[in-house]
Amino acid sequence: MYEFLDLNITWFILVGILLTGYAILDGFDLGIGILHLFVKGDINRRIMINSIGPVWDGNEVWLVTGGGALFAAFPEVYASVFSGFYVAIMLVIFVIIFRAVAIEFRSKNPSPRWRTAWDWAFSLSSLFIALIFGVALGNIILGVPLSADKEIYISFWELLNPYAILVGITTVALFTMHGAIYGVLKTEGELQQKLKSWVNNTIIFFVICYVSTTMVTLIYIPRMVEVFKSHPYLFVIAIINMLVIANIPREIYHNREFRAFISSCFSILFLLVLFAIGNYPYIVFSNISNEFSLDIYNAASSRKTLEVMFTMALIGIPFVLAYTISIYWIFRGKVKIDSMSY
Amino acid sequence: MDVLILSRIQFAFTVAFHYIYPPMSIGLGVFLVVMEFLYLKTNNPIYEKIVRFWVKIFALTFALGVATGIVMEFEFGTNWATYSRYVGDVFGSALAAEGIFAFFLESGFLAILVFGWNKVSKKVHFISTIMVALGAHLSAVWIVVANSWMQTPAGFHIVGEGLNARAEIVDFWAMVFNPSSIERLTHTLGGAWLTGAFLVISVSAYYLLKNKHLEFSLKSLKIGFIIALVASLFQLITGHSSAKQVYEYQPAKLAAFEGHYETTKGDLYLIGWVDEKNQNTVGIKIPGLLSYLLFNDFEKPVTGLNEFKKEDRPPVNIVFQTYHFMVGIGFLLILLSILGLYLTLKNKIADNKTFLFVSVFSVILPHLANQLGWMSAEIGRQPWIVYNLLRTKDALSKSVDGNEVMFSLILFTLIYVLLFILFIYLLDKKIKSGPDNLKASYDVYTEKPNIIKS
Repeated sequence: MYEFLDLNITWFILVGILLTGYAILDGFDLGIGILHLFVKGDINRRIMINSIGPVWDGNEVWLVTGGGALFAAFPEVYASVFSGFYVAIMLVIFVIIFRAVAIEFRSKNPSPRWRTAWDWAFSLSSLFIALIFGVALGNIILGVPLSADKEIYISFWELLNPYAILVGITTVALFTMHGAIYGVLKTEGELQQKLKSWVNNTIIFFVICYVSTTMVTLIYIPRMVEVFKSHPYLFVIAIINMLVIANIPREIYHNREFRAFISSCFSILFLLVLFAIGNYPYIVFSNISNEFSLDIYNAASSRKTLEVMFTMALIGIPFVLAYTISIYWIFRGKVKIDSMSY
Repeated sequence: MDVLILSRIQFAFTVAFHYIYPPMSIGLGVFLVVMEFLYLKTNNPIYEKIVRFWVKIFALTFALGVATGIVMEFEFGTNWATYSRYVGDVFGSALAAEGIFAFFLESGFLAILVFGWNKVSKKVHFISTIMVALGAHLSAVWIVVANSWMQTPAGFHIVGEGLNARAEIVDFWAMVFNPSSIERLTHTLGGAWLTGAFLVISVSAYYLLKNKHLEFSLKSLKIGFIIALVASLFQLITGHSSAKQVYEYQPAKLAAFEGHYETTKGDLYLIGWVDEKNQNTVGIKIPGLLSYLLFNDFEKPVTGLNEFKKEDRPPVNIVFQTYHFMVGIGFLLILLSILGLYLTLKNKIADNKTFLFVSVFSVILPHLANQLGWMSAEIGRQPWIVYNLLRTKDALSKSVDGNEVMFSLILFTLIYVLLFILFIYLLDKKIKSGPDNLKASYDVYTEKPNIIKS
């Protein structure tokens, strides 16, 4: 089946779509979480949480499905990265649990101490998830000590190298900006004004991080830019990416929050596309020897599995898009707190 | 302690904790569909009250199910990397299918179920309830398929040798409908329906004891006991066919269920103890009944554990005990369901304080049966992680050491204990505040909108 397709490339793209979908969707709800503590007053904090109330667990499903797809399509990557980054993955899991529980539990008890405690849990866990996913991405860009037996032998502290931390902070900045814009879309009145005043600061913070990361990458990680040298037309994507980012403050200035939000979604998309192009055909690059690297062929499942899963994807994706779009459509507009809210 | 023991403890602990929640969501899902159907049909507001009340509890269990479920999905990679490499081709596709066909459905419609009361029509809301219940069932389908493949692998071939060997799919549908899928899925779902039904029964019985929310409780009890009776009888059938299927494909496991060493006619123990050292089982038994249940013949020999090499046998006594307690609870649940339904239909239940008191605590029974049943199924699979193909001890992650697993195990224990206490606390609070006070419990501590203190 599907003889006309290179299914390894197809699955590289499909896993990429799932993880990018996760970054765009969970990105704004992590951003809302990061900003949560800066918002004062119980009702405003409830509005913040309820702005993501109906969608946050659906957003996390993108990560779950992305993880499942990675397991099925590139089991070697799934096995090497998850066991190699053991402590980091465990920390992410703990924090994801705390965040889910914080959202669910916070408003179930009127005690101010209870709510404040969960507010902190929600906010810090959101910050931490963004940071650690960024750090993981940074290490993948940098390359990891992947040895001949396909195992990554690296300690947790070695993951926290300056470059990875820089990518981590950039991710935090990106999601904070993304979340602030989403917040402006979902709120009204004084809270909206407050969020709006933060948008520009978050944009500046993000642009500084983005420029620094790009410079460091260009200077120290030449393998990420080789393909751009050999295929100069790919620079168009980098340029579009910059234009999309520059468009965000313009739309905000003209009070077109929805268009600003769309721009911000596209900036996440293009950033990840640039990463994927730079990293291609590798998924995990070995800094011990290039021949140990896991690429889209030596890390993949059998052709048969990729075919079966591609059929599943063809059947499943229209449904997934239909649910996602209808949910966002049904819950469009400003947040209203009622008896069923968080 | 070594990595193997720690990793096994961690997986067992995290999956057991996770498995508190999905059966509740699946079971409550069925209950909600019935109740909302009755609401649409009769327009009686009491049904709306019932649905609204249980949706809140559904959302709570669902959130915990998702949070603890992500752990499971990641843990194959973190702790069992060699296993993941070996089975990724087969097992991974079932997990991916679960994500794309079940989780998206479930989480999408859950938003409407919980938050959409004022956003969509009653009918659309009802459809959403059906979809959420369907999604919960579908996720059970895919994960049980994946697990059943580990018990009775099918539809694959082995490629490569030694350390590079791995299972690859040759026939997807043979993998999905492997020999134990249907029996194990139906038995798992039956357990989940019982879990949901007895949660409803317990809470309603509590209200009746306190003489509160009478109409709410009586209506819930009736539906609860009907579901419970159907499900508990269903478990009798699926349990029986499961056992027959286990004998056919995993005879060592079935022999361990009954502590059966010699290949002679099989006895069925009501209660007993296996002395593994002397290979002797003592207890109250019905001679030949195991043979009869398997072959309709009291005398036909049943393959005993002695036919298997020592290193290929599961631990016997724990499998025996967990299996027998599960079966015992199953019969108890049938009894409770019949009695409960009879009393409810005769309008006598509100006056029968003893039975109500028992019903309040009955909620624990299906949970115990679920946990014990899984223990006998999974410990009975040992020493294999994939039956007859890959041993559990060979499936570990090579790059993870004991200290790292110790670290995560300690954190899991602390976090899960905390979570469980909070879950029970909130559940208790929600139940005590009752269906009438849905609003009140929420709006006590709020301020006027849009006053920003900075």
